[in-house]
Amino acid sequence: MTKLTIDGQQVEVPANTTIIQAAELAGVEIPRFCYHERLSIAGNCRMCLVEVEKSPKPVASCAMPVAEGMVVHTRSDKANKARNGVMEFLLINHPLDCPICDQGGECDLQDQAMAYGSDRGRYEENKRAVKDKNMGPLVSTIMTRCIHCTRCVRFATEVAGVQELGATGRGEDMEITTYLEKALTSELSGNVVDLCPVGALTSKPYAFSARPWELRKTESIDVMDALGSAVRIDARGREVMRVLPRLNETVNEEWLSDKARHACDGLQYQRLDKPYVRGANGKLKEATWAEAFAAIGAKLKNVAGPKVAALSGDLVDAESMFALKQLMTSLGSANIDCRQDGAAVNPAVRASYLFNSGIAGIEEADAILIVGSDPRREAPVLNARIRKRYLRGNVQIGVIGDALDLTYKYQHLANRADALSKIADGSHAFAQTLKNAKKPMIILGMAVLSRADGAAILAAARQVADTCGLVKDGWNGFNVLHTAAGRVGGLDVGFAPGAGGKDTRGILDSAAKGEIEVVYLLGADEIDTAKLGKAFVIYQGHHGDRGAHRADVVLPGAAYTEKSGTYVNTEGRVQRAERAVFPPGDAREDWAIVRALSDVLGKKLPFDSLDQLRAAMRVANPIFAALDSVTKAMWSPFGTAGSIAATGFDYPIKNYYMTDSISRASRTMAQCTEEFVMGGKARTGTHG
Amino acid sequence: MSVRQLAKEQPDSFSFKPEYAERAKRIIAKYPAGRQASAVMPLLDLAQRQEGWVTKPAIGVIAQMLNMASIRVLEVATFYTMFELHPVGKHHIQVCTNLPCQLRGSDAVVHACKEKLGIGLGERTADGQFSLMEVECAGACVNAPMAQIGDDYFEDVDATSMRKIIDALKRGEKPKAGPQNGRVHSAPLGNFTSLTDEPKPAPMQDMAAAKAAFEKAKADAAAKAAAPKT
Repeated sequence: MTKLTIDGQQVEVPANTTIIQAAELAGVEIPRFCYHERLSIAGNCRMCLVEVEKSPKPVASCAMPVAEGMVVHTRSDKANKARNGVMEFLLINHPLDCPICDQGGECDLQDQAMAYGSDRGRYEENKRAVKDKNMGPLVSTIMTRCIHCTRCVRFATEVAGVQELGATGRGEDMEITTYLEKALTSELSGNVVDLCPVGALTSKPYAFSARPWELRKTESIDVMDALGSAVRIDARGREVMRVLPRLNETVNEEWLSDKARHACDGLQYQRLDKPYVRGANGKLKEATWAEAFAAIGAKLKNVAGPKVAALSGDLVDAESMFALKQLMTSLGSANIDCRQDGAAVNPAVRASYLFNSGIAGIEEADAILIVGSDPRREAPVLNARIRKRYLRGNVQIGVIGDALDLTYKYQHLANRADALSKIADGSHAFAQTLKNAKKPMIILGMAVLSRADGAAILAAARQVADTCGLVKDGWNGFNVLHTAAGRVGGLDVGFAPGAGGKDTRGILDSAAKGEIEVVYLLGADEIDTAKLGKAFVIYQGHHGDRGAHRADVVLPGAAYTEKSGTYVNTEGRVQRAERAVFPPGDAREDWAIVRALSDVLGKKLPFDSLDQLRAAMRVANPIFAALDSVTKAMWSPFGTAGSIAATGFDYPIKNYYMTDSISRASRTMAQCTEEFVMGGKARTGTHG
Repeated sequence: MSVRQLAKEQPDSFSFKPEYAERAKRIIAKYPAGRQASAVMPLLDLAQRQEGWVTKPAIGVIAQMLNMASIRVLEVATFYTMFELHPVGKHHIQVCTNLPCQLRGSDAVVHACKEKLGIGLGERTADGQFSLMEVECAGACVNAPMAQIGDDYFEDVDATSMRKIIDALKRGEKPKAGPQNGRVHSAPLGNFTSLTDEPKPAPMQDMAAAKAAFEKAKADAAAKAAAPKT
């Protein structure tokens, strides 16, 4: 520990901190542009200059380590004068076009110029102008505004792991650009917009659409992947204008994936805003709620409970699944499943479907085995965490599956799944690596569990966990990486086949054979709707996607931004998404739709408000009582031993930008698909 | 200096010729394993020596050879002004126009080049033989004005000698580099203007006289101290 004085205040900080970090601990704020606590230190903006006694010149506090007995003045005349000078130089080449700049109102340069800027400039020469660069469909560039802090370059290189951004030229002619002006091929590229302290990099889809002070801000949870990243939803009127990350050290730090950030325009298109009933002519016809419920009632009257089934989708909140489960039980059906892809996790054993070590646990791991998972596309922010661990060194990463570009180096152990059994019986060299590690972990992807032999692979992974010491005191390195935000919540409320009930495969097979006559799809779009056969399909959801096209009755629900809903992320963290805007038209919150339907069917559910429902849910599963925290799962037996087919994996995410009904409706995501997935091939002469 | 960007028209491919590839291999071998990226500057220079300038495919090839991202190589290539990013002539004439050279008449040298070659600064002759550029101080101020052609410094040039050099290059000769007005290196033209005599040994100090003076001063001080105070 080192003792030093900052603005007359004695502080004691660890020896390797810098002055700016020590000042932060002491509660003293120092202005900065280039310094960012999650990026390497550049020290090139000079805004954080402070006066240090016995030092002949002002010192850049972000790059100067503390020393014993140092006396620092952050608000002395000398420090202020130095910052005024820096600000004057920064503003020489800055266009001062704040009135037409999207960053206006939330701009670091604007804010700090209020404190350190002069009310007039002394510079009389011409300002420089810089050509704007192409950085793809998400990041808009106005490079004349750039102050060369290089935060974006450091983010791309260090966090995102794509070395595509750089600073060319030197001095006044320095320019930030991607190599040959290609789009930034990262699933985290939107974060450079947040990092940019000026308006040089701004959000392209959000350009010129709103000012920060006219937006209504709602703190919520993202559902585009299973991480449950903390987000802030900015809305104006009935429209979600943008989604920004919030700080949550245990989940997303302060990053957000591009889909979570930019798929929000999909909430405006393809929405179900009225109930529909399929008429005699085979076409869906607008109806009232009463007509839709009556149609369902008429059908269900003549169908026995076991001939009814329900499937829930990837974006569904725990409350509505809980309500639907109660309804299905009262109808006498045990055919319910929240695993649209048929993932072979054991709903009865919570440890079999959680990311047990926790997302932050990745930073402690020293050996990581990734099996059939593509974390870069399945959970980009989690992948950044693995990369962060990789950059710190002393970690062994092994991959079973395709040799994908994960932004870090790893040992490619095998392409095919049967290699896992070799690790399980100890005949593979990586088994020893896991055994020698202090905190080893395995990450199982959905490509593993949704295979036909998923249960056998799960058993083999369980065996790896037991034989290689993945589970020990205070450490459980058995991790399942989900792709669906609603999955863990669904399993936690028990939205899985009851006694004698059928799972997703069973339901679809029976429906195709006509054994199941009514299928209730709660936001389930990722199934093969052709397999539903002649079944009467009720679709409840927010987008006119695959499920709604097949449906006989459509019940318009609310998207995640339009309801208060509980989601449990892949590590088992119970979090709540809050309502930012109201659902469009006649659409209602999903739990309320199920409750109203139950009344019509004469099976009235025992709750009249969301609070009552949540109380019932807490009784059914106490983990829902602990909001924003993880309840550790018991390590109990699971998995069914069996033979593993020597085949590769079929990864669930083929196109990162379109994985669910919201992102499929999003125009921004369509542009990204064209640019990154189709490689710009779709461009024809008519495109700009 | 202006914004340095890659040339619009680029060749399709680049590869080191065998002798250059051999040199590249030797350069890379100088650096410890995992630090091969250190060889980026010598390799860019090698590519420039082979092609005359640094091409876009060359940047890609070097990035691949050193296991670097292309943008990192581009950053280096655009940072250093001695990497040519546009095609230059076989004889690339760089005239210094910084203050000492300008005071000694670099304007006339530039004018002579322009007139002789029919091109302006930053341009290349149609036959691709010559290109002309003005540069910042090349560090030969004592022989100002100067011009660099290829790797050679031509110092103490004036309009006449510059024309002669260009004529010689046009004939395919190799003009003599160095001072063009008869100076030897940076020695003065003609006779020496200072230090013309044989150097004399430094005058020896008379130690005996110095000692006597010291002893006298000491005695005076002692006498003064012993004298009764008035």
